[in-house]
Amino acid sequence: MPSLILRRFGFAAFTIGFVSIVMFAAVEALPGNVCTSFLQRFAQGPRLERCIEQQGLDRSALARYGDWVAGAAQGDFGYSLKKRKPINELIWERFRNTALLGGLAALLAIPFAIFLGIAAGVRRDRPLDLSLSGAAMLAMTVPEFVTATALIYVFAISLQWFPAVTIVSPGAGFLQMLPNIVLPVIVLSAVLIAHIMRMMRASVIDVMASDYVQMARLKGVPERQIIWKHVVPNAMIPALNVIALTIAWLLAGVVVVEKVFNYPGLGTLMIQAIYDRDLPMVQAIALIFSVIYVGVNLLADLTALALDPRLRRKGH
Amino acid sequence: MTEPLIKIEDLSLGFTAKDGRQAPILRGLSLELAPGETLGIVGESGSGKSTVALAMMGYLKPGLSVFRGRAVFDGNDMFALPEKERTSLRGSSIALIPQNAGQALTPTLKIGQQIDEALRLHTALNADERKIKVLELLNRVRLPSPEDIAERYPHELSGGQQQRAAVAMALAGNAKALLLDEPTTGLDVTTQAHILEFLRSLAKELGVAMIYVSHDLGVIARVADRVAVMYAGMLVEEGPTRDVLRAPNHPYTRGLLASIPRLGEPGIPASMPGVPPAVGSELTACAFADRCPQVRPHCKDGVPVLEPRGECQVRCPFAGEPAPDHLSTLREPQVREARALELQDVAISYHKPGFMNRWLKKPEPAPTVDRAGFVLKKGETLGLVGESGSGKSTILRAIAGLAGTRKGSVTLGDGESLNAPVAGRNRETLRRVQMIFQNADASLNPRQSIGEILMAPLKLYFGLKGAEAQARAEALLEAVRLPARYMSHFPGQLSGGEKQRVGVARAFAANPEVTLCDEVTSALDVSVQAAALALLTRLQRENGSSYIFVSHDLAVVRAVSDRVAVLYQGRICESGPAEQVYAPPYHPYTQTLMGAVLEPDPDTAPTLLANDMSEKAPPATGCPFQRRCAKRIGSICDTMVPPAQELADGHVIHCHIRMSAAGCQEAAAVPELMPAE
Amino acid sequence: MLKLLATIASKPSGALGLGLTLFHLALAVLAPWIAPFDPTAQNADAILLAPNATHLMGTDTLGRDVFSRVVHGGRLAIAVTFTAAVIATLWGGFAGIFFGTVGGRVDEYSMRIVDAFLSMPWLLFLLLIISIGGAGPLTIIPNLGFFYGVAVLRVVRGAAMQVSARDFVTAAKARGEALWPILTREMFPNLSDILLVEGAMRWSWMLLAFSSLSFLGFGATPPTPDWGLMVAQERGLLSTAPWGVFWPCVALSSLIIGINLLADAVGKALGLDRATAVAV
Repeated sequence: MPSLILRRFGFAAFTIGFVSIVMFAAVEALPGNVCTSFLQRFAQGPRLERCIEQQGLDRSALARYGDWVAGAAQGDFGYSLKKRKPINELIWERFRNTALLGGLAALLAIPFAIFLGIAAGVRRDRPLDLSLSGAAMLAMTVPEFVTATALIYVFAISLQWFPAVTIVSPGAGFLQMLPNIVLPVIVLSAVLIAHIMRMMRASVIDVMASDYVQMARLKGVPERQIIWKHVVPNAMIPALNVIALTIAWLLAGVVVVEKVFNYPGLGTLMIQAIYDRDLPMVQAIALIFSVIYVGVNLLADLTALALDPRLRRKGH
Repeated sequence: MTEPLIKIEDLSLGFTAKDGRQAPILRGLSLELAPGETLGIVGESGSGKSTVALAMMGYLKPGLSVFRGRAVFDGNDMFALPEKERTSLRGSSIALIPQNAGQALTPTLKIGQQIDEALRLHTALNADERKIKVLELLNRVRLPSPEDIAERYPHELSGGQQQRAAVAMALAGNAKALLLDEPTTGLDVTTQAHILEFLRSLAKELGVAMIYVSHDLGVIARVADRVAVMYAGMLVEEGPTRDVLRAPNHPYTRGLLASIPRLGEPGIPASMPGVPPAVGSELTACAFADRCPQVRPHCKDGVPVLEPRGECQVRCPFAGEPAPDHLSTLREPQVREARALELQDVAISYHKPGFMNRWLKKPEPAPTVDRAGFVLKKGETLGLVGESGSGKSTILRAIAGLAGTRKGSVTLGDGESLNAPVAGRNRETLRRVQMIFQNADASLNPRQSIGEILMAPLKLYFGLKGAEAQARAEALLEAVRLPARYMSHFPGQLSGGEKQRVGVARAFAANPEVTLCDEVTSALDVSVQAAALALLTRLQRENGSSYIFVSHDLAVVRAVSDRVAVLYQGRICESGPAEQVYAPPYHPYTQTLMGAVLEPDPDTAPTLLANDMSEKAPPATGCPFQRRCAKRIGSICDTMVPPAQELADGHVIHCHIRMSAAGCQEAAAVPELMPAE
Repeated sequence: MLKLLATIASKPSGALGLGLTLFHLALAVLAPWIAPFDPTAQNADAILLAPNATHLMGTDTLGRDVFSRVVHGGRLAIAVTFTAAVIATLWGGFAGIFFGTVGGRVDEYSMRIVDAFLSMPWLLFLLLIISIGGAGPLTIIPNLGFFYGVAVLRVVRGAAMQVSARDFVTAAKARGEALWPILTREMFPNLSDILLVEGAMRWSWMLLAFSSLSFLGFGATPPTPDWGLMVAQERGLLSTAPWGVFWPCVALSSLIIGINLLADAVGKALGLDRATAVAV
């Protein structure tokens, strides 16, 4: 058991290492370097020299990778080219805002989606299932910016319940942020709910067809108890990994949704950094997102471990 | 006469197609069962036997519906009962013991929790009383250390233990009737024998009625008071077990009994031609007419009715007439002195030391197969017999080059080495050894036509293409008695027996010297199995190929083999000419196996030697059977590899007990027979 | 093939999927003949006109005909994502079948790397690459093809492992067939269904991704008519001229939904339940 947990942590560490190398290497593969890319036609003379010195580009790639990773581990992501400040000073408030948005969406969506998935799976091919599955299909396929635009049109422009774009400063308090966050959270949750529900439904249908559910029926267990005691725990196990994977959707969706609502999070910061060709900043944010994502996957793995006795105690 | 406990009246049920057509699985079935009685329902796959059993609980698999008739249990019309009452009867008054307990127990709940659930639903006990009752039930089904078992998850038990746990669950509600749906199918023979004896004594002890569904007449003979024989969703014969098995009236029952290989009779059992009508097809004549050796024109006029005959009922108007004998055919082996294959001291291990283990120098587990050695002569059949995990298939895979050998040598008759895996063998060497697989369904590519399947080896080994290959493939089909039009068919269009014939034809396309048969008949119904065995025997006579025939079924091995080797945990226990291995003196393991075999004869009882413990890995030293042996003589069994004692004619027994050709065993150890439970 | 199409069209959702997909493909091919105006031609006298007889869907901020732009708006997205979907299916499918067949250490170690790739939020990584290599189809096609190919690989490899464990593959190996015939004759015919459905499904997700990139300003570049880009450009005037945003939204969504429904229907018609692997 401890070795299984260690193994999961080991893989998470391996993945983060791998991702950081790929990201670093991608930037290294760039024709020229971070500074020439940022400065474009001004990349000459003292400006270039100052930039190279500030970014430490005169040192070997290996040394810079080591510094980058070691720094990131301590919360130091280097120096922004555009803003001319240490990156960690710029991202903290943004990180908090994004975490608020994504966290709230996940917190609302995951339990709700699991519940809907169970309801649809249990009533397979009946009206409830068909309408839920249809709605999920729509939510999954319609791009976030389209859903967001539609919501803005209805709730911000026609009804004027919520602001269409966020106009508070990144450092605003929670209560100030709240009205701005309602529509983005709805958009993000819709996609999440759709994906998780679909998976949960499929998993429930699978388990409902199993021998042990038939056995429970023949044992005289009432249907409701069959669902909660025999079906749900077993259906959760395969669904967990997909829940973790949909977090990837959430993270990508965050960027789009933040842009639509002009929400002051990491996503808008990243897009701005791309416009500005501020590569150290882009790299830093991509790395943060990756770490979150790997962390969520790890959490899902550990939960599966807790739920599934077959994984926990192999043999006896 | 007492009121029957279960009464099925003219029950028809099945699928309904979109256009409203009914495809019946059961056709007008009537059955009665008295309290405390055990009824065996026997039939081949698709006969509807499991469907009947589930119908007694008022349960229909998804998609099925009742067309007409009733199923009455204890005065309740099960299909008319409100859902709530039906649910409360299930698991209490009438309980199911499922076919595959491993899959019928919920994987995320502990054994104790699952039994507790049944108790909570069907008894008025409080939590503490239930806790005690759970242990009591586990004790009653003779599971060791109930406290420990109750805390375990299903996957942590062996197959036999899972089955016992399922029985404990069924007993939770003081059932009047137990439904057993092939509860021992898939278990090893020794485990099966133990479970059956236990169920028999349980039925007696509790006075509970049992409905025992099985495809295996041997099992039915052992447990049932009465037998119902099903064919194509109908009862064809029903009556007291002894009457039905000793003097069968219906031609189908007779054919079925004749097609079962027996331990005491060498030779290929008589086979039944044809296949049963498809499930759900419309019947206008006797369902068995196409396969019946006594068929008359009158048989095609309509479906015959069930008529009483003595204490039995038979669905055949000509049941009283003398039946032709079903004779088994003796094999006429043409064994030559020349060797076809030789294994010397072979060890096989699937264990690949991982990086960490190599670095830490962890000791390797004992190899899966060790000290395997035998000689196969040209034209000879060697039977390899053993329970699951005995390494019999592993040896075949090593010969075929699919598993690497760790030690020892495998050579063809002319000295050509087979030590290398497939990648290291040349095409000619590969051609000389061919394999036939257990499951014909899985061994034929569903996306290739039969023609393509047969032509692949022809192209690979002989470079045959086009019309030449086509002609040769058609000749192969002819050899396995399949029509040439099957060339363009796909495997999905063939029956199980036909698919296995294609598998045989593919192996013979290479014109092999050694043919490896891996449980080739165990997925087939008995009536089809006999035909497959006859086919293999005929092909051997025509081609002079040597066979290694692997099976868990001692009677089947006996039917086809010249020589036999008995394996336990990857080690050969005993080997020699078939007639000597199947007669005393025995290796203790051979004796255990033989004792556990069930024959379709109500007057034979199994002898239970050794316990039914399942072992996951061979012991590191000494005799492989040391942990279960009923005759172990001391620590020598644990530490020393038993010597090979050669009796007459190459009959070798690996045991520390001294054997003599006369059959008596001189060792001090007196065989301690364990009483049948 | 015809039989398959008939099975698909026999269900309402399948028929809708097939219809929408074919409609959009026809529209994309015939756009120059359908569109009444040049989709890039600006007209200072016709800025932000509401839908009328001449401009069926009105005009945008630069006086361009929205109908003509919508008709043309799928061409780039379809071309880019279809190419990328073909690349992803081909390489992911081949690698998946290969690893699923050979198994062993090679497979084990490769899957570690594949899992690591799947463990990064690839859209963000794509943004990183765009910020290095610049926006536009030439950066996007290979990257979409690669990343989605990894996911295809994972799914196909899982299916291939199940196929290769079956005895007919063992039989071919024991017979001494070389790797290539095993891959093409034994494995591929049993996996072609999954590949087809995977390809279609990935295509619809790629359209979603590409239009999102366009919306963010990293996909299509002005003045190219592209649905995502059109939404981004006209979004500011949502309250006064919603038609400039509405129609591209409808067009884009209906195409993605269409392909998705079609992929689902193909899967069902072929007897695959794709639902269990939705988000991999």
